[in-house]
Amino acid sequence: MRGFVPDYELLAPSSLSEALALVEDGCRPFAGGTDLMVQLESGRLAHKRFVLLWKLDELRGIGANNAEVRIGALTTYTEVRRSELLRREFPLLAQAAAETGGVATQNRGTLGGNIANASPAADSAPPLLVYDAELELVSRAGIRRRPYHGFHTGYKQIDLEPGELIRAIILPRGRSRWRETFRKVGTRNAQAISKVCLAAAARCEGGRIRQIRIALGSVAPVPLRCVAAESALAGAAAGSVPDFPMEARPVSDIRSTADYRSKVARRLVEDFLRSLG
Amino acid sequence: MAERFLLRLLVNGVEREAAAWPMERLLDVLRDGLDLTGTKEGCGEGECGACSVLMDGELVNSCLVPALAAQGARITTIEGLSSGGALHPVQRAFLEQGGAQCGICTPGMILAAVRLLEQCPHPSESEIREGLAGNLCRCTGYMRILEAVRSASG
Repeated sequence: MRGFVPDYELLAPSSLSEALALVEDGCRPFAGGTDLMVQLESGRLAHKRFVLLWKLDELRGIGANNAEVRIGALTTYTEVRRSELLRREFPLLAQAAAETGGVATQNRGTLGGNIANASPAADSAPPLLVYDAELELVSRAGIRRRPYHGFHTGYKQIDLEPGELIRAIILPRGRSRWRETFRKVGTRNAQAISKVCLAAAARCEGGRIRQIRIALGSVAPVPLRCVAAESALAGAAAGSVPDFPMEARPVSDIRSTADYRSKVARRLVEDFLRSLG
Repeated sequence: MAERFLLRLLVNGVEREAAAWPMERLLDVLRDGLDLTGTKEGCGEGECGACSVLMDGELVNSCLVPALAAQGARITTIEGLSSGGALHPVQRAFLEQGGAQCGICTPGMILAAVRLLEQCPHPSESEIREGLAGNLCRCTGYMRILEAVRSASG
């Protein structure tokens, strides 16, 4: 049953510093609302005080210098997929954005919101892991940066200090000659939550894999960077499919079974390895 | 306990006001507060697109927009598409091609199609399918809907 709407406070600050004061005071961030409104509708939205970030320009925009691209936390999926820069240099992220929800969801869903919502099935997470993304976190005490890898500490848990907000997502540039893939397996591409989702990238030289990144969604309590598989596969002949350890620990749920997810996850990685030949 | 606030909207070109709870769904403000019942509720969780409206020109699911986030916005609902009694070309195409069965998805489907054609006046079939992917037809009358959008795209 839907939550009782008058119980929910939603405050609209006019600046980031006002927003941070409200967050410090116990308000939770509210971005596009594409996840929180669903929780409200089903009566699962336990927290009652929120701060509306949508109109804060400080959290918007995609910018770049020579070393990195900076994506404001409130950047929507629509903005990600329309960005020439992201489509050219970070195509897996643009593809994930295009395959998340339908047009209406993409217009309101934000990258920062998707990270904070911390679903293990978030399609934007595997590309961010593959691209070695960092997060810029802001509080009244200041700004800190940390790697995105490791930010999800458990099911729906994130390493955010009290009073902190995600301000931006940073992607290091200079990725030339990487071969990349994004694969989403679900009942339907648009508007369906993934059963398994893979983002992978590899740089090959002299017929061998020199560097490789593999990340999976929906196969563990958190979006998973497969570091053990990566280190086993580094140095392998390009195009070969050697054995590798899989860190996936999927569960069975309404969308799929653990067994199916494990098999498909491994085959998606194998397909990618074969494509490197 | 929150307090009601005065929500101001430009709905279909007309300034409207309604007292709303900050977290009240835009869908409920439109239907119950402003009596614009052309916008339908399907799933209530952003999956079906029946409640689609245009907000500041972009397609949104009005069931997922809290009233406070719509403050000052320009909203177009299905009631705002016709002008001077003449149907919008997309409405006419749905009518002529039989792009509606039970009708619940039709307002959202038409608004999604209108927005698609604004951005992409001559979409390919896959572009139409992608543009309407967030709008479900429970009667599964998708072929006629595709034909309607194709015919409206000239």
